[in-house]
Amino acid sequence: MYKYNDFDRSFIENRNRQFRAQVARRIDGSLTEDEFKPLRLMNGVYLQLHAYMLRVAIPYGSLNSAQLRQLAYIAERWDRGYGHFTTRQNIQYNWPKLSDIPEMLDALAAVNMHAIQTSGNTIRNVTADHFAGAAADEIADPRPYAELIRQWSTDHPEFQFLPRKFKVAVSGAHQDRAVTKAHDIGLRITERAGKIGFDVIIGGGLGRTPMIGKTIQEFLPVDDLLPYIEAVVSVWNLLGRRDNKYKARIKITVHETGIDEIKALIDQRFNEIRPSFSGIDQSLLNSIIADFQGPELRNEPVHEFHTRYDSAAVFRSWIDTNTAAHRDNTHSIVSISLKKPGQTPGDASSAQMRVIADLAEKYGYDEIRISHEQNIVLPHVHKEDLFALYCALKPYDLATANIGLISDIIACPGMDYCALATARSIPIAQQIATHFDALKIEHDIGHLQVKISGCINACGHHHVGHIGILGLDRAGVENYQITLGGDATQTATLGERAGPGFSADDLLPAIDRLITAYLSVRLSPAETFLETYRRLGQAPFKAALYPETQQNTKAA
Amino acid sequence: MPTPKLSQIITANALINGDVIYFTRHGTWSPNFDEAEVFEDDAIAQDVLIRASAQADQTVGVYLTKVAADNGSYKPAHFREDFRKTGPSNYFHGKQEGVKNV
Ligand code: HEM
Ligand code: SF4
Repeated sequence: MYKYNDFDRSFIENRNRQFRAQVARRIDGSLTEDEFKPLRLMNGVYLQLHAYMLRVAIPYGSLNSAQLRQLAYIAERWDRGYGHFTTRQNIQYNWPKLSDIPEMLDALAAVNMHAIQTSGNTIRNVTADHFAGAAADEIADPRPYAELIRQWSTDHPEFQFLPRKFKVAVSGAHQDRAVTKAHDIGLRITERAGKIGFDVIIGGGLGRTPMIGKTIQEFLPVDDLLPYIEAVVSVWNLLGRRDNKYKARIKITVHETGIDEIKALIDQRFNEIRPSFSGIDQSLLNSIIADFQGPELRNEPVHEFHTRYDSAAVFRSWIDTNTAAHRDNTHSIVSISLKKPGQTPGDASSAQMRVIADLAEKYGYDEIRISHEQNIVLPHVHKEDLFALYCALKPYDLATANIGLISDIIACPGMDYCALATARSIPIAQQIATHFDALKIEHDIGHLQVKISGCINACGHHHVGHIGILGLDRAGVENYQITLGGDATQTATLGERAGPGFSADDLLPAIDRLITAYLSVRLSPAETFLETYRRLGQAPFKAALYPETQQNTKAA
Repeated sequence: MPTPKLSQIITANALINGDVIYFTRHGTWSPNFDEAEVFEDDAIAQDVLIRASAQADQTVGVYLTKVAADNGSYKPAHFREDFRKTGPSNYFHGKQEGVKNV
């Protein structure tokens, strides 16, 4: 993992000192809220419905056990004993006191973490594939490139007052697990003639105007990465609509300018600035790559595991759903579900964080990842250790076998916390998960992603859920709109609205009808919900969601 | 259905702990919804809002919000304010835990 140097450390310490003084001046009345707000936002401090919220970056989702233990400690010492992991690989604390936040930031700095650029119109936390460095289908580890971009973008003087927020995601595998096509810039590592380069995708985004990003470079050489990204951000920084924040994201700039014209402008800018990148970025990159070599994997054959797998059905089910293929076939990637049915998706208690930290140290080479799907990943576990790991997770409600299934729901905080929400999302997720868990049919339903947002900002990625749910406020009552057929991977697609929304009470029965319809029309259990939807289109699903309308048209 | 006549109260979050607070008839802030001063008259409400907003060293985000008469007392007219008054629905946190000092 990347190691902070003295420069990084003193930069963070300085920032924390400045912010401590700013908080003191706010509290003693020398700063007004209007003056203070941009300062607190630069340090990840929001005001939500019931309290402040502190958003801490987990760059490219990577943590070690000491860092996770510190996150647990912070939750216990200054918050309410838990944290919320988000779709952007951040952790949010929902109940900090303003006067405690400087202490919390110092505690983070002690383990090389911070909250800088987790809000505001800056380049945000760079996210990456949560299986990075471990996946069997990986071409190259995306994290060194994410780290290079993080260093370049942190406190970059030209990019502190962008037209709007700017989000970058990097994936290095064949399967896109980083939702690269819904980011301002998505980078996918590809390979040509033994050399790696980047498929550069720009102008993706969710929110009120969702768009799938477009490829602007099919194979950008690694040497050109920073100058090219700088050219993209710099062209947008000038063109981006500062007059209207709803039109300020690069997706709108790309849409309004046209991909060809914006590409010409970016190429021109790239040619201007390319010579100023003297190669220091590349020597930096090489030293970062060395930091990401990954652990030396234990060389031991697998035998016990197979016996366990064949004899213990519950363990087998967990292995089948929660582990993924590792590049080394004696190891597995383990996803720890934070979605026990009934639980708040993405929340982990301090006790859970500590157990995971201990287990990562014991069985996982001290490596931990946070996924955008709001789960925790141990990227390298020897197969001989899987059974012991499973048994150790179980007492802490951390062994739910539901990764990728209907109860593995992404949900934003919604109206339970968020000041921008128009409806709740958490109770909807709890209801759906509990319902299908009780029916014991989720393994039969198979791979199905439900994603819920509490307003059009789409923090819960509902547009790219196989089933997307958007909570709205219809004349003072919560109302939920369903979209179908969204896809967050390399075949990214925006879901299509199914029809009128449902009240909170009618939503679960509607989802139940939808699933029943899927089970009856799929070709075989191997055909996923998304595949069935793609084969048949909306008709059978609409009929299930709106049976009355169907009867009316038949009667007419 | 005729819309019932709505009154207004002034609310904010406390500067230091972020807690939801309400402006009282004594010109102070209380964490207790029932102590909020209720304004029938919008002009008066706007006037007091200016006064309440001036206490910027205690509060963040001061605003007016609507309340509806409810059996001799008042309740928030919108569910958003209900959550602010009570706390989140996933945990027993916030005001439902018991009124704390501001
Ligand atoms: C205080 C809480 C939050 C606030 C105020 C907030 C605000 C926003 C806003 C205004 C947007 C729309 C941006 C645009 O379209 O220009 C947005 C998008 C987004 N947020 Fe949040 N958010 C919050 C919490 C979260 C959480 C908890 C997550 C993760 C679970 C998250 C992840 C995202 C993502 C993934 C998007 C959509 C991608 C995009 O930027 O286009 N946010 N957020
Ligand atoms: S989608 Fe809306 S409700 Fe949900 S966290 Fe984002 S801003 Fe809040």
